[in-house]
Amino acid sequence: MLSALIFGLPIGFLVFSFITILCALYVVTNDNPVFSVLALILTFFSISAHYVMLNAQFLAVVNLIVYAGAIMVLFLFVLMLLNLSKENEPKVKYGWHFAAVFAAGMLLIILAASLHKSSEQIMRNPAQDIGMVKSLGKVLFTDYLVPFELSGILFLAAMVGAVLLGKRDKNNETEARDSSNNPS
Amino acid sequence: MNTDSIFSSLDISHYIYLSSVLFCIGLFGVLTRRNAIVLLMCIELMLNAVNLLFVAFSSYMGDSAGQLFVFFIMVVAAAEAAVGLAIIVMIYRNVRSTDVGLFDKLKG
Amino acid sequence: MSTLFLALLLPVFGFLFSGIAGKHLPEKITGWISSLTILGSFVLSIGIFNDVANATSGIAAVGFNFLSVGDVIVDFAIQADRLTSIMMLVITGIGFLIHVYSISYMHGDPGFYKFFAYLNLFVFNMLVLVMGSNFLMLFFGWEGVGLCSYLLIGFWYENESYGKAARKAFIMNRIGDLGLLIGLFLIIANFKSLNYSEVMAAASTGAVSTEVITAICVALFVGAMGKSAQIPLYTWLPDAMAGPTPVSALIHAATMVTAGIYLVVRCNVLFELAPAAQQLILWVGLATSILAALIGLKQNDIKKVLAYSTVSQLGLMFIALGIGAYSAAMFHLITHAFFKALLFLGSGSVIHALGGEQDIRKMGGLKKAMPITYYTFLIGTLAISGMPLFSGFFSKDEILATLFAQNTLVWALTVVSALITGIYMFRVFLVTFHGGFRGTHEQEHHLHESPALITFPLIVLALLSLLGGLINLPELFTQNNAQWLKHWLNPIIGASQESLHHPEHHTEWLLMAIAVGAFVVALLYTRNKYIAKQSIPESDAEMTDLAKLSSNKFYVDELYDKAVVTPTEIIGDTLQKTDDSIFIGAIGGVNKLFGSIANGFKFIQNGKIHYYLLYMVAGIVIIMALNLFR
Repeated sequence: MLSALIFGLPIGFLVFSFITILCALYVVTNDNPVFSVLALILTFFSISAHYVMLNAQFLAVVNLIVYAGAIMVLFLFVLMLLNLSKENEPKVKYGWHFAAVFAAGMLLIILAASLHKSSEQIMRNPAQDIGMVKSLGKVLFTDYLVPFELSGILFLAAMVGAVLLGKRDKNNETEARDSSNNPS
Repeated sequence: MNTDSIFSSLDISHYIYLSSVLFCIGLFGVLTRRNAIVLLMCIELMLNAVNLLFVAFSSYMGDSAGQLFVFFIMVVAAAEAAVGLAIIVMIYRNVRSTDVGLFDKLKG
Repeated sequence: MSTLFLALLLPVFGFLFSGIAGKHLPEKITGWISSLTILGSFVLSIGIFNDVANATSGIAAVGFNFLSVGDVIVDFAIQADRLTSIMMLVITGIGFLIHVYSISYMHGDPGFYKFFAYLNLFVFNMLVLVMGSNFLMLFFGWEGVGLCSYLLIGFWYENESYGKAARKAFIMNRIGDLGLLIGLFLIIANFKSLNYSEVMAAASTGAVSTEVITAICVALFVGAMGKSAQIPLYTWLPDAMAGPTPVSALIHAATMVTAGIYLVVRCNVLFELAPAAQQLILWVGLATSILAALIGLKQNDIKKVLAYSTVSQLGLMFIALGIGAYSAAMFHLITHAFFKALLFLGSGSVIHALGGEQDIRKMGGLKKAMPITYYTFLIGTLAISGMPLFSGFFSKDEILATLFAQNTLVWALTVVSALITGIYMFRVFLVTFHGGFRGTHEQEHHLHESPALITFPLIVLALLSLLGGLINLPELFTQNNAQWLKHWLNPIIGASQESLHHPEHHTEWLLMAIAVGAFVVALLYTRNKYIAKQSIPESDAEMTDLAKLSSNKFYVDELYDKAVVTPTEIIGDTLQKTDDSIFIGAIGGVNKLFGSIANGFKFIQNGKIHYYLLYMVAGIVIIMALNLFR
């Protein structure tokens, strides 16, 4: 049923694209950061749906678990920690909106222009089992073993770094109190 | 799931457009928002747009390298988010604000 | 071969020794070692003189190749032919005497070692000048003696006016050197060589047109004008008396100023082919001779009188060159070196005894206190005035005789000049040494004869002034050995002098009588004025207008100042202001421009991330667009 065609495109694709784009817009425009986080989580859900449609089931699940489940929760934690809400949001001059729209728009046009003919040059070879854990795992642990191990080291470094950076000791407290008295 | 390939009716160019739009929306957010945390979130959005494109190409061409690269992008994004947030927390402790416009000590 | 180089390089050794070690050694050692190097050169010159007597074309020694450009090959090469050997004897001989004199004269001066270093350097450069076998060596020595002259005139540099005098000498010399350089360039362009032998040989074949040769000769003469103090480049010589007296004696009487004469004699072949240039030399020499003599009449500084006398005598030598009497000019050069050095050294002795007094109006009555100085100075004065049988008489007579046969008008004017010479020389002599002493009491107490190191050179030079005429006695006096110098120089100037007319013997006796008559008139006139009437030269306030004109050097210096110096200074000032405003302003303006551009762009780096991100995106967009639309 998802493959039914409207405007020549499968209905699933249309629906989920629509949700993705809408939520993305909400992320970037909303004043309240908490709502931005929630909108971003919805975006991730719809992107996972795209993954499923593209036969990348493993990645869909991983996307949900890692991104929506871990990273976004982390963001939410930090927001709560810093107690940020709509009032603390910095004001932006309108010139910036125009400049950003212009820049992003130009980039969009150029990206689209560069890539839109690429479909003719790529060999079409859709496979059925490509997104399954078994086949992915096979390639991962043979061809891409070194990057896999390196990513483990990367995680270790990030963990150590995050812990060290987040450490609060007596000096930090006095600094925080002093800097709150004289804002830099 | 119905594993009939979606590509029988869909061209890769549609995914290219979708991914580009998402990327540029994320870019717009990066340029516009002043809150450091929201900035990081918009960067995550850009990364996800790229992920989507990788997966689309991987599915289109039957090459699993694309999906594996997405895997690694997620690794990096996670690490980066963790460290970046830690830094932001530390800055907030000193400056009492997360406004990116206030961090201009390195000006020329 | 090697004796040539040794003779040339001994003074260099003296220069280095005095300059480097002389500061820490006692005066005697420095002075005597410097003097002995010159004596060594003198002895070697005698040996070279003997060698050249047998080899008429001279002996040569080649150093190293200096430059070879296309056809032009120039070497550092020296040679000694008959002309050179005579000059070498004069330079080193009189140089040695003056070195010895200076040991006593410069005693106690803190720059003693420097003085001897400079003197030795000077002798070296003068030797290079006369020993060079091509025009480049001549030029090298020319510039070198100019440099040493500057160093020695401004020796007591703490006095600013001495420094100015030194600068004046150097600059006027430079103007002359420009002429010399132009002459050298023309020679290179037309003869493709700078060697004397090649140039003279090519010139006599008539390969180059007369106009070009005239231009070359005029240019060379301009150089001689500067070095030998002829009109209009003579005003530096009287000012050069600011230097110590031995310097005046050596450089500005006996050797450096004779470089111009040497140049013309060396190039006699060229000058013979350019009669127009010879006429120029003749008239310039005549004008200088008379003008300088007139100025000397009313000078009251003993050294300035001698300076103007030098200019006048050089004019006389150029008159001789102008009519082509090269050997006569050389003869007078040699005798003039003897008695002018003697006169200068004698005046130095007087100045020394009077504790630095140079005004003759404050001297007088020195005969009893300084007999040797008195008698030697008398001999010098008689020689220059043309007392019969003294050296000056023979040399002047040689010139006058040859002159009479070529150009009677110039001869008459030259006799007038000789008369005036006699007058001012006797004036100086009588006022300085006769009458009562007009100085201060203190000076009178300290009056004494100068030490032996000063009087010995005086005596030697007096003997030479007395007997120097023997080297070129006219045929009137003896039949054998007559005109030895003229025959000696024959290989070099013989061809040029063939066309000279010589007066008949009885005419020559008549001319001699006229010259002696002029001498007697001068003697009687001055004797009457300064001994019988006991008159002393008036003070500056009492002078009549004509006297003022002469005493103020005919205002030539003031004329130069207004006509040349002031416009040059104005041009210099204007150019400096232009340079300041335009060029420095332009460069400063460029500096400011870039500064302001940089300032304008400073806003880009404001440290805010979102700006940087925007720039980054803009850059990426542009690059991708460029790539896309290639």
